[in-house]
Amino acid sequence: MVNLFEKLNLHSYRLRKFKNKFFYILCLICVIIAIVPLLSILFEVIVRGAPAINLQFLTGKGLRGGIGPAIQGTMILIGLTGAIGIPIGVLTGVYLAEYGTNKYASWIRSINNILTGFPSIIVGITAYSLIVVGLIGGFSPIAGAVALSFILIPIVARTTEESLKLVSNSVREASMALGIHRWRTIISVVLPSAKGGLITGILLGVARIAGETAPILLTIMGSSFFFGGFNESMDALPLRIFINSQLHTQAAQTQAWGAALVLILIVLTLNIGVRLASRGRYHNKVTR
Amino acid sequence: MDNIKIQSVNLNAWFGTKQALKDINLSIKANAITAIIGPSGCGKSTFIRTLNRMHELTPTAKMSGQILLDSQNIYDPIVDPVMIRRRVGMVFQKPNPFPTMSIYDNVAAGLKLTGARKDKNLDEVVKYSLQQATLWDEVKDDLKKPGTSISGGQQQRLCIARAIALQPEVILMDEPTSALDPIASAKIERLVVELKKNYTVAIVTHNMQQASRVSDYTAFMYLGNLIEFGSTKDIFESPKNQLTERYITGEFG
Repeated sequence: MVNLFEKLNLHSYRLRKFKNKFFYILCLICVIIAIVPLLSILFEVIVRGAPAINLQFLTGKGLRGGIGPAIQGTMILIGLTGAIGIPIGVLTGVYLAEYGTNKYASWIRSINNILTGFPSIIVGITAYSLIVVGLIGGFSPIAGAVALSFILIPIVARTTEESLKLVSNSVREASMALGIHRWRTIISVVLPSAKGGLITGILLGVARIAGETAPILLTIMGSSFFFGGFNESMDALPLRIFINSQLHTQAAQTQAWGAALVLILIVLTLNIGVRLASRGRYHNKVTR
Repeated sequence: MDNIKIQSVNLNAWFGTKQALKDINLSIKANAITAIIGPSGCGKSTFIRTLNRMHELTPTAKMSGQILLDSQNIYDPIVDPVMIRRRVGMVFQKPNPFPTMSIYDNVAAGLKLTGARKDKNLDEVVKYSLQQATLWDEVKDDLKKPGTSISGGQQQRLCIARAIALQPEVILMDEPTSALDPIASAKIERLVVELKKNYTVAIVTHNMQQASRVSDYTAFMYLGNLIEFGSTKDIFESPKNQLTERYITGEFG
């Protein structure tokens, strides 16, 4: 009896163990499927782009010169878009998380979720018809930044809301019970507690907009020259890559690969830099 | 009874449609400790949260009746709840120091963030508050460390110091020792007794020994009703109500 029992048990144990292993391997295979293309892209960009990079490439202009205007343009776009999009996005997230118990908030939340996945070409056309044609009458870095803000705002708003909701309610209560006003509680107690999540969200958004091509194609158009004013066309790295990739000369192709590598490096540096700079004194300390 | 600090008059409270407090009339005396006891869900936490208008921060919460602080109704439309909370401080069940602030900043937070610092010397207020909370000697060399880096019992005394820094008139404590070990609890109890020299204290507790050790008056609540209120001695030695007697003898609850 004992033997039989053990045998049966062992059989189902082996089956369970097999199922366990099977599931684990299935997950692992999917991870590999997901990560191999990413790594190969990175590898390809580094191998083909790295030879192109030198000081002249980074600062010069033109096909024989370098991608200076594109780097400058991307920096300007990131700065302008951040200046427009981050405050609006963060405050929208604050509204949704801290005041969002009414029915309007759930509407805003749904609309925001739709906007997060909105086709960027449509954002580009909207900014084109409203600002480029309607307001300014020409291509403009501001039109580009507004278009990119449409993409940045929903991402920042959503991640802000989610990271604020992770802040324990007891922290809010502690502050309110001291007779600290609600707005002050949010700014001085809740937002600092959610800082890590906030910064991650902003970085995700900035990385996303740095690589967007469609909205800026229709708003800043691309240029071979450095920044010439807020009512002139401007270059940016995704545009440079897009335009050069359509030219069939070796020089243009190499420059496009180099620009791709620079774009990746900018996003990466921004990521690491902001993370280091914002690592607060009490980073990762969790309330008991 | 002329030295009543805070008093509830015909107080009812609801969460949604569920009534949590039923017609509570209770007077809390100045410079004394009033304990509120009763089984879980009897409304004792809800009651003290109506005393500093924290109750209304819960989305579905409603209330009716009056709370008189020095004979003034704190639910009068002209009263700013923020000002009430500065006069009536609160310590919570779980220690909740601000996670992004140092020990020093936790204590100073009330003064800094309410704009009440004016010409007060922050260093002195912080030191005084930590001394009052009997925490100064343990943390005086670590004031710059995070408020969450000290032990649970120390964190709770830090929260008491944080409340004291604003010089409130009343301190409400919602089961302040239920998340602490017996030694840390004993320290808090001694501290609570010290506090009544300068403050009026209302303490909610699950622990009947604690109520009998520290309090001067005890209120027993059951299912949202105030069953019995009197001096702690009377409540524990000769309760008038049978429910009270059954509860304090451990028959239910």
